[in-house]
Amino acid sequence: MRARSKRLWGVAIAGVLLVSAVTLSAVALKQHADLFYTPQLLAEQGQPEAGKRVRIGGWVQIDSIKYGEGADMIFLIEDGSGQTLEVSYTGVVPDLFREGEGVVATGRFDETGAFTAENILAKHDENYQPRELKNARQATS
Amino acid sequence: MIEAGHFAAFLALILSFFQAGQGLMGQRRAAGLSAIVAFGAMTFSFVTLIVAFATSDFSVQLVAANSHTLKPFVYKIAGTWGNHEGSMALWCLVGIGFGAVAAKLLATGRPKFEARALGVQGLLNGGALLYLLLASSPFTRLDPAPLQGAGLNPLLQDPALAAHPPMLYLGYVGYSFVFALAAAGLIEGRIDRVWARTARVWALAAFVPLTLGIALGSYWAYYELGWGGWWFWDPVENASLMPWLIGAALLHSVIVTEKRGSFGVWTALLAVLAFCFSMLGAFLVRSGVLTSVHAFAVDPLRGSLLLAGLLVFGGAALILFALRAGKLEAGPGWTTGSREGALMGNNLVLIVATATVLLGTLFPLIAEAAGQTMSVGEPYFNLTFTPIMSLALIALPVVQAWSWGKADLSSLWKWGAAFAGIVAVFWLAGIGPFDIPLLAGIGLAIAVWLIAGAAMEIWRRAKTAKRLGKMPARVWGMTLAHAGLGFFVLGAVLETSGRAHTTIALQEGQATSVAGWQLTLDDVESIEGPNWYAERATLTARRGGTVAELQPHKRFYPAAQMPTTETAIHKTGLADLYVALGDGRRNTQGETRWTFEVFLNPFIDLIYLGTILIGLGALLSMFGRKTRVKEAEA
Repeated sequence: MRARSKRLWGVAIAGVLLVSAVTLSAVALKQHADLFYTPQLLAEQGQPEAGKRVRIGGWVQIDSIKYGEGADMIFLIEDGSGQTLEVSYTGVVPDLFREGEGVVATGRFDETGAFTAENILAKHDENYQPRELKNARQATS
Repeated sequence: MIEAGHFAAFLALILSFFQAGQGLMGQRRAAGLSAIVAFGAMTFSFVTLIVAFATSDFSVQLVAANSHTLKPFVYKIAGTWGNHEGSMALWCLVGIGFGAVAAKLLATGRPKFEARALGVQGLLNGGALLYLLLASSPFTRLDPAPLQGAGLNPLLQDPALAAHPPMLYLGYVGYSFVFALAAAGLIEGRIDRVWARTARVWALAAFVPLTLGIALGSYWAYYELGWGGWWFWDPVENASLMPWLIGAALLHSVIVTEKRGSFGVWTALLAVLAFCFSMLGAFLVRSGVLTSVHAFAVDPLRGSLLLAGLLVFGGAALILFALRAGKLEAGPGWTTGSREGALMGNNLVLIVATATVLLGTLFPLIAEAAGQTMSVGEPYFNLTFTPIMSLALIALPVVQAWSWGKADLSSLWKWGAAFAGIVAVFWLAGIGPFDIPLLAGIGLAIAVWLIAGAAMEIWRRAKTAKRLGKMPARVWGMTLAHAGLGFFVLGAVLETSGRAHTTIALQEGQATSVAGWQLTLDDVESIEGPNWYAERATLTARRGGTVAELQPHKRFYPAAQMPTTETAIHKTGLADLYVALGDGRRNTQGETRWTFEVFLNPFIDLIYLGTILIGLGALLSMFGRKTRVKEAEA
């Protein structure tokens, strides 16, 4: 009986650990999975909740980059559908960030509907582009 | 020359399958001999590739696509494995190398078992070679040969990244032999103490380079990407973390099998899983199914072949496991409140932590199948992986003192009080003189707890200073590794919670102050390297009496048409002042302002010190006296 009750302790600890891990993962995924949008998807589905982190993908519209006085800048993301999204960003842009090239911006919308990027991902090398963009290009072309 | 290498690789393929046949039939000598000859053949084959790269032989397609005459010599050689085909050749070489070393060193007194392990290793190597020769041959010629090569991805032209793949592969592929040992043990129906004594050494032989390989990769990402961080929870990084976690679980459970004869079934399962996760990693990295900041150019066909390999080998091992697990001797029973229970707890946490990483890594794929495009980033892992692992770290110093069979749990409350005390100290310090958030305070408490716990445990075992030097290498190895874990946590918590980050824009001659430093941009000039040119900024950083010159630059590699960031780091001993040069922006008055990412990363070196200690500790644990197993059992 004593040996069995000791084993039960182990099983109980393992059970609690497993249940909390599953709960934690479910909550974390619900709160922290960053949804991906193209400007067209944003127009169709409406803007995501303010303050929630999302990823916006497309191409940097030609002649859309405007630099501010500090390290701040504004540019437009287009996806060939005619829809665009204005992105404000303060920071250094990746080496391969150029007008007309693919870009994925991770950031948040605020209450006024303005999008501020925290992070900009551009093509990593000449042969590679973010996977979401390949899909987006197929969807819009 | 390259044709000879191609032929040698075919020879290695035939020898590997011969090794598999002989080995599985129980012929130890024949299997061992073919393993050694196969290693000779594959080494020759790999050397011909290196020579082709070193001499810039552009009639070899792989060299033409990935090298350039102007590249520095070291990187010409490192370029051999800086691409898909070459790195798969390295994979084969390492796998065959492990087989050959095992053929030479294995002495368990069980020739049949050894033969079967070599046989399974032969199968795994044969599979990898088939994939190399049929789906990613590095030996293809180009006719006519181009006069110049296309260059290597310039991000890879870096000392840490030249050494990173061989290290990582020693780890990944090292687990193939652990897999082979488990499969052989299952075929024989004997996963016992003798088996575990051998498996443990090989599991360590894979764990050490895997640990160092991950550390090298992280260090490279830190100074080369210019993002100021050292871990991004990127799929490619997770792909290397998962086999590491399983490998760590294996190292702990195999001790129970070795010392007590229990957990045999579980240990064999972990041994199989470690290599399955290595193969999963290869699949995730090479197939491009996931978005990664580290992605190379990828190929879906190759991805599906790698997935097929994973399913065939992993599936076969699991079927074997299912057939034999019931027939294995269970070994003596165990209770929760004992060292066996403690190590099972360690395994439970590591497995659950691996599962959360796997879920976070694969979730975008699952969501995509359901029509949603999404990614899972750092916040998910901070909320799942970190608290789960913290449990194991808090328990570690307590339960490592537990004895086999039945531990004395009466002092458990003292341990609890001690930990609560340390947390309270950091909490009070946090609301008092130092500004430490509560979570960071708990993290720091865990770090101190681990380091002090490691010291206390070896002292508990040695009892006197004189006997400290005579403790077995294994005990010192454990102490170093657990203390290393503490230093890692210390560095990780201090760096993550204390990091300061600003983006600045300066004209030449302008100054600004960042995180207590006065930064002046002296000038930006153009410089030239062997196969690149660059814009180099010179900044003077002043704080108090300290003056440092920082020269971050941005290189452009014409051959690859690609720029890279070269950060400048000033080490103050306590923190890194880290500056990356961004783009130059011309304003409406025609003046150019240069952007910089400036980070102050406190105590980041502790992260690497801790990781190296973990690796060294594991290395040390490989040596020393063998555990004696009674003849009757052997």
